[in-house]
Amino acid sequence: MKDREEERVRDKARDRAKHKGGHKGKRKKKNKSQLGQIIHRLYKNKTAMFGLIVIILLILMAIFAPLLAPYKPTDMDYTAINATPSSTHWFGCDNLGRDIFSRILYGARYSLSLGLITALIGCFIGLFFGTWIGYTGGKADMIWMRVMDVWSAIPGQLLAIVISTALGAGFLNTVIAMSIGGIPGSIRSSRAMCLKEREMEYLEAARSINCSKFKIMYIHMLPNIVAPAIVGTTMSIGTTIMGAAGLSYIGLGIQPPSPEWGAMLSAGRSFILQYPHMLIFPGLALAVTVLSINLLGDGLRDAIDPKN
Amino acid sequence: MALIEIEHLKKYFHVASGTNHAVDDITLKIEKGRTMGVVGESGCGKSTLGRTMIHLHEATDGIIRLDGEDITHAEGKDLKRIREKMQIIFQDPYASLNPRMTMEATVREPLAEARRFSKSEIAQRTEELMERVGIERRLRLAYPHELDGGRRQRIGIARAIALNPDFIMCDEPVSALDVSIQAQVLNLLMDLQEEYGLTYMFVTHDLSVVRHISDDISVMYLGQLVETSPAKELFKRTLHPYTKALLSAIPSMDVHQPMQRVQLRGEITSAINPKPGCRFAPRCPYAAEACNDPQKLEEIETNHFVSCCRVHEINR
Repeated sequence: MKDREEERVRDKARDRAKHKGGHKGKRKKKNKSQLGQIIHRLYKNKTAMFGLIVIILLILMAIFAPLLAPYKPTDMDYTAINATPSSTHWFGCDNLGRDIFSRILYGARYSLSLGLITALIGCFIGLFFGTWIGYTGGKADMIWMRVMDVWSAIPGQLLAIVISTALGAGFLNTVIAMSIGGIPGSIRSSRAMCLKEREMEYLEAARSINCSKFKIMYIHMLPNIVAPAIVGTTMSIGTTIMGAAGLSYIGLGIQPPSPEWGAMLSAGRSFILQYPHMLIFPGLALAVTVLSINLLGDGLRDAIDPKN
Repeated sequence: MALIEIEHLKKYFHVASGTNHAVDDITLKIEKGRTMGVVGESGCGKSTLGRTMIHLHEATDGIIRLDGEDITHAEGKDLKRIREKMQIIFQDPYASLNPRMTMEATVREPLAEARRFSKSEIAQRTEELMERVGIERRLRLAYPHELDGGRRQRIGIARAIALNPDFIMCDEPVSALDVSIQAQVLNLLMDLQEEYGLTYMFVTHDLSVVRHISDDISVMYLGQLVETSPAKELFKRTLHPYTKALLSAIPSMDVHQPMQRVQLRGEITSAINPKPGCRFAPRCPYAAEACNDPQKLEEIETNHFVSCCRVHEINR
């Protein structure tokens, strides 16, 4: 008897809650995990979603370039040298008769993978060392931060030029050259996050139950500072793509005949007045890619930290 | 026999403007199975004292003994063993739980770190612990931000008792909670004490809480111990002028006995590079010339220690 009474009361309460919170789906969202909430906020941000969709399309284009491209990127069509955009060559052809649309599709492979790999290298090294320096503190922190100061006093692009000159051109060397300039920045930001997190009592609690320093740093602390690092990494993909294109432009990065966007710009620059399409399309590809990555990065930042 | 004994314990922090004498020359005993309440205003070093005792801070000087064993400079394996015996419950139940760990993972961790239980033992013990502190099974995969303060603190307690410690330092465990929840958590702590024979050091600034839970009380002022005594004795007969002022701040429930507040004047002085004399002297209504000399803790009555050179004159 009493049980039934209780059940009725509970049912009523549930009904009331339902009315208050609108339909059932809306009420469910409240109980989502942190990640769920972040994804939800990101989903609501239109510009970020635009950026994400463009990036996904670009990635798909890069992956399926052999299927999508109407021509091979290095095939020369001597009848179409310097051809302007038309139905056969959508974006026209360059001075050797290569189809610019196909080259841009293939070029996305270089730019995107370069940006992603470089940013990830920076992110991992930054998180690993930044957490260590930030948590250890004291003298190690002081010394390493001065090293970072010296390191970051050299302009990143200049450093990249020097390194790729020393190592020679090529994909891997470009990755190395681009990564090195970005490392101090990511170490610095990870460390700053650690300094904030270090005073939290849950780390003291972890210490009191005998967790090792390694476990405290990388199992307890790292997951709590990783969100801002993801934002930083996303943002740095854009900058890296620009930087890598810059390196190719001055002839140091990925070498022709590889269809790299920067190299394409460089090759087209002598024809800027007669055949501007040789520069416009690779430039546009670069701009759209970097813009959408930055839009996504901005959206991620807002989604992860709704306070700002 | 005293479970914990500290002698002349000091913890100094170097800050920009000098040395902060957060804990300065404290001698204290905590008997097995009893609760030592430590009271004092904010910033008087009571949390630092507790944290130094359980080795979260390295002591600057002095001796800490656990069960007669000197543990002041324990390291490595010894430290691990000691930490299993001495645990802490934190003030802020939200900050003291890793936001990325589920309740179950938080409780399981000390057991896993002990590295002597099998997987099934850990799982079973985790379940027992959560049940013991009153966390429903359905919440075992919840994250800290999904729970209320009382439940979070219960998880903090479960984590602390996981390895059957002898001593738990409770760092204002209820000050961040609602009054109704405070009572629940305090009762849980007292039940656990009875069940496992735990010894508590209960740091708080809430005098009604300390009166409720403590067997003995120590009063701190700016890093120093001014009075320590069995709780009943202290509430019956306060000897130190600071304790008098502190206890007179408890609101009286008896309308026929109006409150006699001892009002302190002046600001709390700083613990950074303090003068050698009594630190309370600048605010003390009884301050005299002799108060500028270092004070000694003196046993005035059985187990009732006071650090005041004028204690006899004042309490005549």
